[in-house]
Amino acid sequence: MKWDVRRIREWKFYEHPQGATILEAGNSLYYQTGSWRTFRPVWIGEKCTHCLYCFIFCPDAAVKVSKEKIAGFDYEHCKGCGICATECPREAIEMVEEQRESDR
Amino acid sequence: MTAKKKVAAITANVACAYAMKQIDPDVVPAYPITPQTTIMEEFSNYVADGAVNTRLMRVESEHSAMSAAIGASAAGARVMTATSSQGLALMWEMLYIASALRLPIVMQNVNRALSAPINIHCDHSDSMGARDAGWIQLFSENAQEAYDNTIQAVKIAEDMRVRLPVMVLYDGFIVSHAIDRVELLDDEVVKDFIGDFKPVYSLLDVDNPVTVGPFDSLNGYYFEFKRMQEEVMRRAKSVIIKVGEEFMKVSGRSYGLFETYQIEDAEYVLVLLGSAAGTARVAVDNLRQQGIRIGLLKLRVFRPFPFEEIAKALNSAKIVAVLDRSISPGSQGGPVFQEVCSALYSFDCSPVIVNYIYGLGGREIELAHFFKVVSDLEDLSEKRSKESFVRYLNLRE
Amino acid sequence: MSSFWEIRWHGRGGQGAVTAAKFLAEVALSKDFYFQAFPEYGAERMGAPIQAFTRLSDAPIYIRSAIEKPDVIVVLDPTLIGTVDVLEGLKSDTIILVNTPMSPAEVRKILGLEGKKNRVFTVDATKIALETIGRPIPNTPLVGALVKATGLFQLAEVVEGLKVSFGKKFSEEVIEGNIAAIKRAYEEVKES
Repeated sequence: MKWDVRRIREWKFYEHPQGATILEAGNSLYYQTGSWRTFRPVWIGEKCTHCLYCFIFCPDAAVKVSKEKIAGFDYEHCKGCGICATECPREAIEMVEEQRESDR
Repeated sequence: MTAKKKVAAITANVACAYAMKQIDPDVVPAYPITPQTTIMEEFSNYVADGAVNTRLMRVESEHSAMSAAIGASAAGARVMTATSSQGLALMWEMLYIASALRLPIVMQNVNRALSAPINIHCDHSDSMGARDAGWIQLFSENAQEAYDNTIQAVKIAEDMRVRLPVMVLYDGFIVSHAIDRVELLDDEVVKDFIGDFKPVYSLLDVDNPVTVGPFDSLNGYYFEFKRMQEEVMRRAKSVIIKVGEEFMKVSGRSYGLFETYQIEDAEYVLVLLGSAAGTARVAVDNLRQQGIRIGLLKLRVFRPFPFEEIAKALNSAKIVAVLDRSISPGSQGGPVFQEVCSALYSFDCSPVIVNYIYGLGGREIELAHFFKVVSDLEDLSEKRSKESFVRYLNLRE
Repeated sequence: MSSFWEIRWHGRGGQGAVTAAKFLAEVALSKDFYFQAFPEYGAERMGAPIQAFTRLSDAPIYIRSAIEKPDVIVVLDPTLIGTVDVLEGLKSDTIILVNTPMSPAEVRKILGLEGKKNRVFTVDATKIALETIGRPIPNTPLVGALVKATGLFQLAEVVEGLKVSFGKKFSEEVIEGNIAAIKRAYEEVKES
């Protein structure tokens, strides 16, 4: 990491980079959007043909792929938008409501 | 200066185009508007003749001109453009982005009134409206100052302690289209003076990718960035002074935050900016001959406004008359007046301060109008009035 | 040259009043004088009455307002007399130079300057221009007449100035024509 933003909340106004420039590509990795989710995608292995449509359509790069095969979801970043489930030609992704603490 | 000076009989617009030729910016996106047009007309000749390496972009509006300037500057290019009046108004939202992204773009704005009614003549409403856009603003009295300010603007904007866009301002037609005596520097002198452009970040640097102009949410850092802009603007003051001193060494011409004339023992001081300061100087000479202790303070740097220095310079005056070539409906006086009031109040200075609005839409300002101002001041002085007022010069009222 | 001169040019768009004002500034430059030359802005229309102004001085010029009380008034087009108040701001010693075949006495009468001390000059600059340059543009010959009437510059200085000023833009033939025009006007200008 070239640019350590872990303490950005404490930075004084003069400590930020010039002109609000973000100095490092890909640092959205540190922004865990998984907490936004109300529905989670669940992968149904037996229906999947590994066409990788879900991987292509996912706006957050949250579909994990290993050796050209689906390897599950990155739940730290998946916002639960459901695009993968909508686009899947085999209905191999199901959106399941996140369980609230009180339901457990 | 030992070498023979190169002097030309040219207009301010031609002088500024010549300065641009010597600066040789990488990118110039521009759109024509009276009275700026002849700058770009002249500069495009240099481009066509291969006298510069500039990529001249003929865009479809001033909004696009400033947008392209921002893009090119963020890509790491040295960028210049020029406009006037409605053109500056159309750039509005982009002006704030250029300064907030800390892009050292240099632009001449040839001062012209804003519509309506449509008027192509000089006043300062256009750039005064942009006074909060975060640009450094350098006003020029004549073609020589417009040329000199353009060259200094590049060095000020690109100084690593500053990195802000700079507007070079001069009066439409009165200065832009008048043939004036202009001493020109040698190309090599200009090149050495401004040096090479070193971008801080570049969108084209694929090995070090950056994000320019990101989103900042409610709990983000917008406030910090704005505070920083203000901080940098304050810092710019010393850089402007330093660049002025360096420019003195290469040109023999001296530039500071403002220029004073006969103010040491002055009871009355006129404060103004732009070409009318020249006429005011002649008025001061005339009035001095009649034994009236009057002086002149000609502002050069309006942003950052030199509060402390102005307060100090005006402190011993009895009455200060600020002349504004723009109007700020609903406020107490014009923008220069407001700033000078604020300076005098902040530093607990004593002069009475009054305001005159003049010259809107190119309305003539002559020696007689300055004499009228001074006879008002003598009146005030006699009555020992401490009351401030806003009056209008050469208005049919 | 005395210290400060203000000249007002009256012409019609296209007759070269602005060029004349500029040209005189360039002659001043070659003499290392200070100058200002400016048009009456915003009236760049062919045929419309226009004004242009020149200030000349041996010291830096600071004043930026329009010329109110000219030292010299040059009228490039005699048809403007009666249409435009060419004598606006006339001083008791303002010099008047008119492009016309008429005599200075006739012009003095038309302008109502009989009994006044003002020096009045005339020259048929349009005819001179046609015969030397081949075009009815009276501006350069009028500059020749102007320096004769005012003593502002030597004829040779104006000729030299023209070579520098026009040399960048015009052919040798045009330059020669203009020089001949200046010289003839310098010789032919009449005073009353």
